[in-house]
Amino acid sequence: MGDWQFFALLLSNGILIGLMYSLIALGFVLVYKATDAINFAQGEFVMIAGFVVVGFLISYGAPLWLSLVAALLAMIAFGFGLERAMLRKLIGRPIIAVVMATIGLAAVLRGLGPLLWGADTKPLVLPIGDEPILLEPLFIPPIQLVGATVSLLFLGLFGWFFLKSRKGIAMRAVADSQQVAMAMGINVERYFALAWAMTGVVSALGGVIWGNMLGVDVHLSLVGLKVFPVVILGGLDSIPGAIVGGLIVGVVENVAAGYIDPFVGGGTKDFAPYVVMIIALMVRPYGIFGKQIIERV
Amino acid sequence: MGETSGPLLSVNNIEVIYDHVILVLKGVSLRVPEGGIVALLGANGAGKSTTLKAVSGLLRTERGDVTKGAVEFRGQPIHRKDPADVVQRGIVQVMEGRRVFEHLTVEENLLTGAYTRRNGQAVRQDLALVYRYFPRLAERRGAQAGYVSGGEQQMLAIGRALMARPKLMLLDEPSMGLAPMLVAEIFDIVGRMNREEGVAVLLAEQNAPMALRVAQHGYVMENGRIVLDGDAKALGENEDVKEFYLGLSGVGQRKSYRDVKHYRRRKRWLS
Repeated sequence: MGDWQFFALLLSNGILIGLMYSLIALGFVLVYKATDAINFAQGEFVMIAGFVVVGFLISYGAPLWLSLVAALLAMIAFGFGLERAMLRKLIGRPIIAVVMATIGLAAVLRGLGPLLWGADTKPLVLPIGDEPILLEPLFIPPIQLVGATVSLLFLGLFGWFFLKSRKGIAMRAVADSQQVAMAMGINVERYFALAWAMTGVVSALGGVIWGNMLGVDVHLSLVGLKVFPVVILGGLDSIPGAIVGGLIVGVVENVAAGYIDPFVGGGTKDFAPYVVMIIALMVRPYGIFGKQIIERV
Repeated sequence: MGETSGPLLSVNNIEVIYDHVILVLKGVSLRVPEGGIVALLGANGAGKSTTLKAVSGLLRTERGDVTKGAVEFRGQPIHRKDPADVVQRGIVQVMEGRRVFEHLTVEENLLTGAYTRRNGQAVRQDLALVYRYFPRLAERRGAQAGYVSGGEQQMLAIGRALMARPKLMLLDEPSMGLAPMLVAEIFDIVGRMNREEGVAVLLAEQNAPMALRVAQHGYVMENGRIVLDGDAKALGENEDVKEFYLGLSGVGQRKSYRDVKHYRRRKRWLS
């Protein structure tokens, strides 16, 4: 296999994985955009969704479609409930209070998942096979193709929602200024709840896809760690940013792992995105597409 | 004033307290008739904005509360309602300082104004209406609102409020920080909107001459109280108002710095 073929393989792999990162980052961006809350439990949301699916599949012997629907509904309800029970009370508090609350929540969820469903790694089997699809010189695992397609679909859907729909514009208005949004008759708290519910949807999708690739156990929540370089690169509040950030992180970690791992014995995947993130922070602190603070002088 | 039908808005002896301790309004009463323009004059910190926020319900977003008295809109008490409900009933506040959604485009800003309305067709028509009132906004409809000029932002804030098709618009300090020519342009448009669309306006202003030119009735506030009220024309001719708000001492004479320094005339409504 020639040099360029090897590179093309790493690239295609990175792009597909990157889109799946984008999907999870989207959950983070939605909440930050609408409510200004930084959700450190995003990875745990994904893990819980994975647990719900395998719980239904294995423990209750439910068919796959039912398990998927159950996970989707459970995560939406979880998002709504969380906003009502925990985050609404933190409105108007310093941002650090919300950050600490979500970090605490993450710890609770990491304990709760194995407690309810068992600590062993459970397979989440989807009926798509695992024979890679050969497209000389590339070969692509079917789950990555499915994951990337689902990601693109939902990224497009949410993009349309924010740009074109009445509710989407209202949500951006809430993100811009809560008080002015209220003055326009927008029910701000309803949009907070909606943002968390949307995060629930994204997490459910992520849980299924990543659960299939990695198996479902507490380590599934580590996917959440990749969210930070993605959103810092793309901009905390930007959907196109989440896409581009995800692609960059996916490509960087794959290419870096492909070329550097043979010399250092592995692990490049985990830190390369963070190196890029730190450089990005120094060059462009609000991200590639992030909202710049508009100052008038 | 309109004994038979009752005023559109009546504020009855309200007291407003911020943070449970700071008394800001000490018994304010005023009325706005259907389709009228009423000016609320006073210096910085007199309580004009607080009065408007007490009406729109935005007070509670700033930890303020109406503790006594009542605000009635078309005979219904509204001082316990949340802002969304108040907008639904037909009152929209244009907040002080040109508060547009900076990261939304001009047109998206206008659409948020129509948030409480369901009829898409009518909203489209009103968008065209707003563009007729403010042709400059039509030119800049795709621009990000944070980057348009101050005058255009004020026009946008007023146009956005009109998109809600209110019965009553609360305008807070629309002249603030704008060039005199722009202020005149904006006040003209507000006057036209009032005549043509029948929107009543409660106008809080420091720029008394400009406000009294468009208003039919005026109130003067000081230290959280209404100290004077009357017909706009009569207020404009009142010696005290001239002295303290219009900056004139004798008839038509500009006040000299010497007089200000000596503070010759005492306000008759105080003490």
